[in-house]
Amino acid sequence: MIAHAIFFYIFSIIAVISAIMVTVSKNTVHSVFFLILDFISISCLFIMIGAEFLGMIMLIVYVGAVAVLFLFVVMMLNVAQQKNQWFISKESSGHIPVGLVISVIIFFELIIVIGGWKYKPDLLNSTNLFIEKGVSNTHSLGQVLYTDYIHVFQISGMILLIAMIGAIVLTFRQREGVKKQSYLKQISRERAEGVEVLEVASNRGVKIDD
Amino acid sequence: MEYLSIVFQETYKILFLLIPVLVSVAMIVWLDRRVWAFVQKRRGPNVVGPFGLLQSLADALKYIFKEIIIPASSNKVIFILAPIITMTLALTAWAVIPFSESKVLANINVGILYIFAVSSLGVYGIIMGGWASNSKYPFLGAIRSAAQMVSYEVSIGIIIINVLLCVGSLNLNDIVIAQENMWFIFPLFPMFVIFFISALAETNRPPFDLPEAEAELVAGYQTEYSGMMYAMFWLGEYANILLMCALGSILFLGGWLSPIDLYPFNLIPGFIWLIFKILFLFMLFALVKAIVPRYRYDQLMRLGWKIFLPLSLTYVVLTASFLFYFNLLPTI
Repeated sequence: MIAHAIFFYIFSIIAVISAIMVTVSKNTVHSVFFLILDFISISCLFIMIGAEFLGMIMLIVYVGAVAVLFLFVVMMLNVAQQKNQWFISKESSGHIPVGLVISVIIFFELIIVIGGWKYKPDLLNSTNLFIEKGVSNTHSLGQVLYTDYIHVFQISGMILLIAMIGAIVLTFRQREGVKKQSYLKQISRERAEGVEVLEVASNRGVKIDD
Repeated sequence: MEYLSIVFQETYKILFLLIPVLVSVAMIVWLDRRVWAFVQKRRGPNVVGPFGLLQSLADALKYIFKEIIIPASSNKVIFILAPIITMTLALTAWAVIPFSESKVLANINVGILYIFAVSSLGVYGIIMGGWASNSKYPFLGAIRSAAQMVSYEVSIGIIIINVLLCVGSLNLNDIVIAQENMWFIFPLFPMFVIFFISALAETNRPPFDLPEAEAELVAGYQTEYSGMMYAMFWLGEYANILLMCALGSILFLGGWLSPIDLYPFNLIPGFIWLIFKILFLFMLFALVKAIVPRYRYDQLMRLGWKIFLPLSLTYVVLTASFLFYFNLLPTI
């Protein structure tokens, strides 16, 4: 039990410190690395409460895919230049109110969640979910996810799909004069189309590229 | 006191796993070079020790005594961290590989997800190394490698789903036991081929070694590394390759099961069969390296997203429908 507590405090301290470092560190790439550390320590906490499936999915999805794309974008930006313009130029000042609104909403949501927990400590026991004891995490998740919650699950998938298509539509632009290769054309090319055998008269040569 | 004895026991087990893995990585480097040489009608490393077997040890000795050069404009902490992360992650994944029904360091419920997660973390070593070097070639190499690994992970994940549909468990031992009657390579042969090619891309092996394409990028993300740090990247890479071979043999070739369940073959312990299967897959890796020319980058991306992803998704639907129609779905 003591070992459990020690590991819990180690992981949670790392999670909290790295979450602070995400916002504090000046180099943007460093803050993405701290974000990754945060994700990893949170997935360790998930595993410690017995939710090993969630912990692993957290590692695979957030650390293995999402954070890689974050890093991609952040590395490509020229952050050092942008940092100075961010607060000075007037164009970007529109971001601050939006950010404030979002952070206030998240703050109140957290208050509601934590308050609900305080108000009704047996919240977990009051759910209608039937979870068998002694069945592994993945099995019990699978038993409810595709039966009782199939519609919620499908709708969240649809939302993700719409977001993906929306992102593609917003960023996609048809460029003029792009040279494309057709693999079918390349493979199905015959010798007769590419090579021509000519009788070349002496001293007269042959005209090519006409 | 009891706690300490558990810690010592586990440490002993970990050492008993890691030292053979590291030694076999060194041997496999030798085997790789040797096969490569034979295909090209050369001799390969044959001077140090019998058949050149000790060549890797000599190389390691050389790397250890070389100076580690850290570029002045690099980001030093991340620069040093990158090879450490690559090697640690490559070795961590070995914790869940079952060598026989009981010989496994950590027999966890979500073993296959664990391996998948750790191998997807492997990209960070490369990205960190490429970015921290603060130089153009490593950066380009790192970006290429990240895009490549993320793309091919998707198809590997879906192939794993195919296998899991037939097993009904995420535990690696259960996956092996489910193949007692028939190895999954027979019903899922197209998936095995796609898995093999994706594993080549995932581990940055030729013909998909674009991150270190020497003709274009010097040495890719390893350009600025020297001495022991370079060797650690190298060891991590080969440990990853061995891991992918082990994963392939567990998913498709029946892991530690013997190919024929008859009297003389039963006596051979499981881990020897597993080692033979890993070696077989590695020989394929080495031969592919020797005989296939390097892909162009857009071809690589096209292969991953436009061919492998739809194919493996279709096969998931096929497998699920087949299992459902013939009532073969595994009972939990």
